[in-house]
Amino acid sequence: MEKLRERAAAILADGTVSLVIGYEEGTKRPRPLFCHDGESARKLIFDSRCFHNLAVYLTKKELVGNGRFAVTATISTLRSIMQLYVENQLSEDKLLILTVDLSGTLREFVTFDEISAYVEQFELKRSEREQAILTRIEGMTREERWNFWQEEMSHCFKCYACRSACPLCYCTKCVVEVNRPQWINPWPAPVANMEWHINRAMHMVGRCTACGACGDACPVGIPIDLITRKMMEDMAPEFGYIPGLPVKKGNALSTWKLDDREQFIR
Amino acid sequence: MSEKNTYLPYLMTIDKVTKEAPGVKTFRLKFQDEAEAEAFEFKAGQFGEYSAFGEGESTFCIASSPTRKGYIECTFRDTGRVTSGLSSLEEGSTMGFRGPYGNVFPLDEWKGKNLVFIAGGIALPPMRCVIWNALDLRENFKDITIIYGAKSVNDLVYKSELKEWSERPDVNMVTTVDPGGETSDWKGEIGFVPTIVDKVAPSAENTIAIVCGPPIMIKFTFPVLEKLGFRDDQVYTTLENRMKCGVGKCGRCNVGKLYICKDGPVFSKEELNLIPAEEY
Amino acid sequence: METKYISKSGIEQWFKSIVDSGKRVYAPVNSRDQIEFKRVKNLSEVADEYVQTTQSIKASVYPKAEVLFSYEKEHGKVHLTDFNPDSIPETVLWKVHPCDAAGFKPLSAIFNWDSPDKLHNAHVQKTSVISFSCAMADESCFCTSVNGSPGNLAGSDIQLTMLPDGGAIAEIVTPKGEALVALSPTVFEADKGEDKTKYLVDLPARFSLEEVNAKLNKAFNSTVWKEQSERCIGCGACAFVCPTCACFDIQEDVHGSTGRRIRCWDACGFGLFTLHTSGHNPREHQSQRWRQRLLHKFSYMPARLNVVGCTGCGRCSRACPVDMNILEHITSIAEQ
Repeated sequence: MEKLRERAAAILADGTVSLVIGYEEGTKRPRPLFCHDGESARKLIFDSRCFHNLAVYLTKKELVGNGRFAVTATISTLRSIMQLYVENQLSEDKLLILTVDLSGTLREFVTFDEISAYVEQFELKRSEREQAILTRIEGMTREERWNFWQEEMSHCFKCYACRSACPLCYCTKCVVEVNRPQWINPWPAPVANMEWHINRAMHMVGRCTACGACGDACPVGIPIDLITRKMMEDMAPEFGYIPGLPVKKGNALSTWKLDDREQFIR
Repeated sequence: MSEKNTYLPYLMTIDKVTKEAPGVKTFRLKFQDEAEAEAFEFKAGQFGEYSAFGEGESTFCIASSPTRKGYIECTFRDTGRVTSGLSSLEEGSTMGFRGPYGNVFPLDEWKGKNLVFIAGGIALPPMRCVIWNALDLRENFKDITIIYGAKSVNDLVYKSELKEWSERPDVNMVTTVDPGGETSDWKGEIGFVPTIVDKVAPSAENTIAIVCGPPIMIKFTFPVLEKLGFRDDQVYTTLENRMKCGVGKCGRCNVGKLYICKDGPVFSKEELNLIPAEEY
Repeated sequence: METKYISKSGIEQWFKSIVDSGKRVYAPVNSRDQIEFKRVKNLSEVADEYVQTTQSIKASVYPKAEVLFSYEKEHGKVHLTDFNPDSIPETVLWKVHPCDAAGFKPLSAIFNWDSPDKLHNAHVQKTSVISFSCAMADESCFCTSVNGSPGNLAGSDIQLTMLPDGGAIAEIVTPKGEALVALSPTVFEADKGEDKTKYLVDLPARFSLEEVNAKLNKAFNSTVWKEQSERCIGCGACAFVCPTCACFDIQEDVHGSTGRRIRCWDACGFGLFTLHTSGHNPREHQSQRWRQRLLHKFSYMPARLNVVGCTGCGRCSRACPVDMNILEHITSIAEQ
């Protein structure tokens, strides 16, 4: 961790980057930190408690500006960065990635390929929480599943913390805010909530890397991350993708090949 | 409980539709309920929330003068969901109106003074209300100058009124279009509004300047007026922040400690100095 | 105000008499690992041993989405149907925290500024608040810094302070409270002279409102807003769990020739909140929106409505996905 702080301070001092986005101790858990100088870099921490997906900040121009910047990345953050590269939302010459591997060694990446080679070593596994809830849901009948999600979504008050926390929700105007036509009723109500969450899920299929940030962010405890996660798990093998490992050939649902399997068309 | 529901609009019949410029229309509205028509009063500078039932509400000033009784008028450009919904309504159909809201131009205080109206583009409507109000009480004021500009000849609104004003001997009417916006038979000025204000150079002596236009126009007109000797308490404008309720509750038009909908929309430059310019 | 004693069994009997009176009773319930206000029929459903509900009771007097009026279009004519206050059922809120009850004042101040808000007032009129003073607090709580206290009576019709014997001190604050007592008058016994403050959590004030207000009055152009808000992701969680945040949107619910105009919760933290149709946005950056949130609560509301827009409930700090801690931020401004 000391190495990380030193490196962050050094690249800020020598002008390699103008900003390092990392983690600091928060009031209860670690939280995102924006370092503009060596002084603030001393507050940096990086350990297993750091759960925020900092990739969410990388597409915000008002934060990162036009210069080069660095981010301390967890595996989840790296997966999102890869996906953002695939979607041309980040460029390799603007971003320097710092991380600490399992042996405690400071690692630096720039290119998609470097990140990919590193992330490949980590299988995207369900956490205990994810396993527990998903097993329960997978054991439900279709009707029970619908009822389960209807009940969960009824608690949604449309604060859009899920959208705000998601690195891949970078649209400047979200579909829920489009009013000509008004695709989705924007107020919180049972049907309108379902409309929002189904739309969100559909926009995520083939893109979500299952970081869980949306679920973590939900103030009313809806396990919404599991919808996109489950969809990713179901989708990936069908299209020859490895869950959580974006590839340069593009997103499953926005690319088309002659030999795509079409067994779903009945 | 007989409390009135603030959000319940008056039902209005669209009495007359005038096409002003591309996408810009003026509606003359009459109250469907006679008692409501009778009780309704407003003053120059106030605004309202106009409903297209099925689309929602939009905020515009009342563009007609309070001296013209029996109707109100609004002028708007078809830009969003509500204005496009309104724009599709025909004469005789029903729409909604809530208001009047906000403060007023202090015309009573301006008695005996010269008035200079400076407006750009679609910002003439809030000005039109006070212009007619002043013209209908013409004896109360000294010289009246109107400087109005738009992007092109086609974008000028209230064309017949512009003509009427320019033909009046008691109005000094200056019309301008941005360079490149002129037609071959254009007889008015060519140049941006601030430049023309500088050229016309109205005297600041015993004069009130009322400026209304896009933020960029206001930004460049204020220094010209200052150069001409106008003090901040001689310059007025009307602001249009985004609003939903119009009555100080929804939180959108809060700028510093002020609410555009309640403390405004009319502000003297002196008052504007008290609120952060970046937020309006 | 009258102070009485009510025994454990007395509380049970009284609660039943309230439910039996036909009023809707909402109380904190533990479900889905969250403590939320829900409609209850039995005292056994009510949660105990928790510091704070995730959401405030704001929705009871300011619903998340509410029909302002409805309309029907026919041959170019429009028929309006006004909101009917009689459609609001009598509601009792049970086991409200004092910081939540205190939120009614700022909420009503916003809604009734100059023109009365028929809908909000109808809800308030039909709602009775039975608060429970606080014996517990956590690191996010700071009611004592914003004119409140764990035993604050503001906004409560009755306040209970629980005693070790399972009974409670009952402070009957308003005529609405008296009406609730009248549902089961015999269970309210003579005051035993217990000192209420003995049973309240000790929560020292963390900052002085006057000091914060004075600092904020000069802080508009401070760099503090950008520094504090860089990590803010611009969601509405803080606003929606807040007992006093009242910013709203007005939307249209259309079904063919009929429709309803709906008022729904909105948040000043959202990027599009102040966006003009022209594309101009007076609060373009998150730092401006964060500044608006704090200044509105701690500077603009005191100046315009003579009430602070914060009750120190700490919900925003608990709900924030990125630890935007309001107490930490306000304290740091106070200490500057």
